[in-house]
Amino acid sequence: MHRSPAVRGRGIRKSFGDVIALDGVDLDVASGQVHGLVGPNGAGKTTLLGLLLGLAVADSGRLEILGTPVGRTLSVPDGVAGFVDGPGLYPSLTARQNLSALASLRGYDAGRTAGVDDALEQVGLTDVADDRIRGFSLGMRQRLGLAAALLTTPRLLVLDEPANGLDPAGKRHVHRVINGLAAEGTAVVLSSHRMDDLAALCSEVTILATGRVVFSGPVSKLAAESGELDYRLRTSDPAAAHQVALDTPGLRVAPGHDRAERQDADVLVVHGPVPALDELVRRLVRADVAVRELAPVVAPLEAAFLALTGDGQSDEEEL
Amino acid sequence: MTTTTDAPPQVRVRPTPVMRGYRFELVKLLSQWRIRVLLVACWIAPAAFVALVSLQSQLPTDTVFGRSMHATGWAGSLVVLVFSCTWALPLLTSLVAGDVFAAEDRLGTWRHLLVAVRSPRRIFVTKGLASLTVLLLLVAGLAVSAIAGGLAAAGNRPLVGLDGHLLAPSDAAGTVLLAWACVLAPTLAFAAVGLLGSVALGRSPMGLLVPALLAFALQLAQLLPLPVAVQLALPSHAFIAWRGLFTSPAQAGPLLIGLVVSLAWAVIATALAYRLFLRRDFTDLTYDGSGRRVLVAGALPLAGLVVLTFVVLTGATSAKGSGIEQAKVQNSLATVYAHLYRLQTRELHRPDVTEAQLQATASCDKGGSLVADHGAGNDWRCVVSWHLPGTSAAGNAIYQLDVTADGRYVADGDGPKEVNGYFQVRTPTGDAPNPLWQFDGNVDLLSSTKE
Repeated sequence: MHRSPAVRGRGIRKSFGDVIALDGVDLDVASGQVHGLVGPNGAGKTTLLGLLLGLAVADSGRLEILGTPVGRTLSVPDGVAGFVDGPGLYPSLTARQNLSALASLRGYDAGRTAGVDDALEQVGLTDVADDRIRGFSLGMRQRLGLAAALLTTPRLLVLDEPANGLDPAGKRHVHRVINGLAAEGTAVVLSSHRMDDLAALCSEVTILATGRVVFSGPVSKLAAESGELDYRLRTSDPAAAHQVALDTPGLRVAPGHDRAERQDADVLVVHGPVPALDELVRRLVRADVAVRELAPVVAPLEAAFLALTGDGQSDEEEL
Repeated sequence: MTTTTDAPPQVRVRPTPVMRGYRFELVKLLSQWRIRVLLVACWIAPAAFVALVSLQSQLPTDTVFGRSMHATGWAGSLVVLVFSCTWALPLLTSLVAGDVFAAEDRLGTWRHLLVAVRSPRRIFVTKGLASLTVLLLLVAGLAVSAIAGGLAAAGNRPLVGLDGHLLAPSDAAGTVLLAWACVLAPTLAFAAVGLLGSVALGRSPMGLLVPALLAFALQLAQLLPLPVAVQLALPSHAFIAWRGLFTSPAQAGPLLIGLVVSLAWAVIATALAYRLFLRRDFTDLTYDGSGRRVLVAGALPLAGLVVLTFVVLTGATSAKGSGIEQAKVQNSLATVYAHLYRLQTRELHRPDVTEAQLQATASCDKGGSLVADHGAGNDWRCVVSWHLPGTSAAGNAIYQLDVTADGRYVADGDGPKEVNGYFQVRTPTGDAPNPLWQFDGNVDLLSSTKE
């Protein structure tokens, strides 16, 4: 039996004049998978998302979407939806008018309102369905953009920073919708700068830096790439804890001018592998020092991201 | 790394049908408060203006047909037509067609629209059709409102044409409607320039202003004593040439040329806009107009069209110089005078005479012996002579003519009070406006000189 992923890209290259936006990018996204796309500004995320939506074509390489090779602009097959650089919405129209118009453009019966109502309900905008979106907040627009994408029951959903501007409740709402779609078999490719969003949503991530893939794989594997981290340590006796940390093999203690320490004098910043931290905790307990907080200064995923994209180098050197 | 689906999906690439895209573009345009205000204004303001002016004692005599607004309702709609051709239509095309593409740049909705419609060609077509529809609604509003206002204020009465002949109400109605229809061609040309500006200049406000700036520049050009072939090569000439419909026979040459030139501009500017639009890279976030390409791909081809039209017209017509020559002015003035003399005769309840019996002739001189007798100017001085049946003596009446470069002139009478020296004449039923005192005429810039 033939089996094909939702997205399969090999050696994708795209440049704008002298600027190379994508340089030999490989990408695989399976149906039912939420795939994160991360990278620093200018890494090529938006260009790659644009290719997936059919807004541009690669200069070279091969891209298959939903089993169809994409060779020219706007030739992606039906079943692909989403947005890049924020959802395109018309402020002079109401939320319902925006969605109805989109449904009509995509060939659905303009008079059929059930799909529009369902989409609005899924993103929690039913109460403001007949308001002009001129007065909508950024988060509401993001949710309406997601509703617009849902309207066409996509098999590949491409989202650029979908949680941008959302409050915690709105973010949870959006996460629920995305997870629901993935559970029904929709492939979701989303970009985000928020590593906690990616950790919560994605099963796999691809990290881009200067147009190249520097990591692609499961989120759990990415966390392992982070290596040794900085940890904030708050105890009942900072002076004693400082001495214990200095005496613990494999650990380094950040100097007093460290940023975290400036913010809170009771906090130590220590650096080392996980076994050394375990030993530190044992010694603190033996020294009768209570541990009130021990957590990475930077989340493991974020640390891995910074390490892989080179942005964390200066911090490392500083320490 | 990847899981896979069990079966190859059915995939299709299906652009949006044109009708659906057209409807969406129309909804977007009509949801803008600016367009709504324009629609209301175009359907109400002309009627109010014409009705108000028709009730005043002072009429806009500097506008063609303005002096007839008390006499017939059809004159009011023509005054609105003159104003529309000068200001309203170029501005309307700016606000509708000049913004239809730029609005997507401002809102950042291009990518959304492209993903939804899947065809830049169809987006262009639907946007063009939608803006054309709105423009037609606006022009229809101007015409209907002006006609309704005029008829309500001054009644459905005969209209004096620009050669002095009287158009019966039904003829006036047909000719007025035809004149409004004729200005659709230059309106299309300006709309196409608006589309071009909107596509080429992106979110820059300059895109919005292109048709208005072009209209302003062309109006300045029309004030200059340009050769007639240059005047006719400009896309705005049909905004003036409809006046030729109000002579008998109609001055069809300049009008037909004006219509063809306007339509050529409409087609070429639309094609240029289409080409620029299809070449645009919609993934470029920093796009803010086509920059230097505007000059190369937009302005230069249109300038080339003017030159080409000029060359063709110079070779294909007898048009020479300004088109305003002594013999043509004399011929036009004598014709108008003869028609209006008959009108005055009827007002005074005198025995009717025919134009042939009057044998009216005019002798004109421009600026004395030191100035050549051709071209525009307010220094034309003419003496009209005519004969009454049964008398051997000829009557004479003097006129001071202000002739503009487009061929229109205002004749100001300077003679006996009973003929053309006073604004009223005494009729058996009381004082009435004197048709021979001041009147408008129109020289056919293309006609061959009759010595």
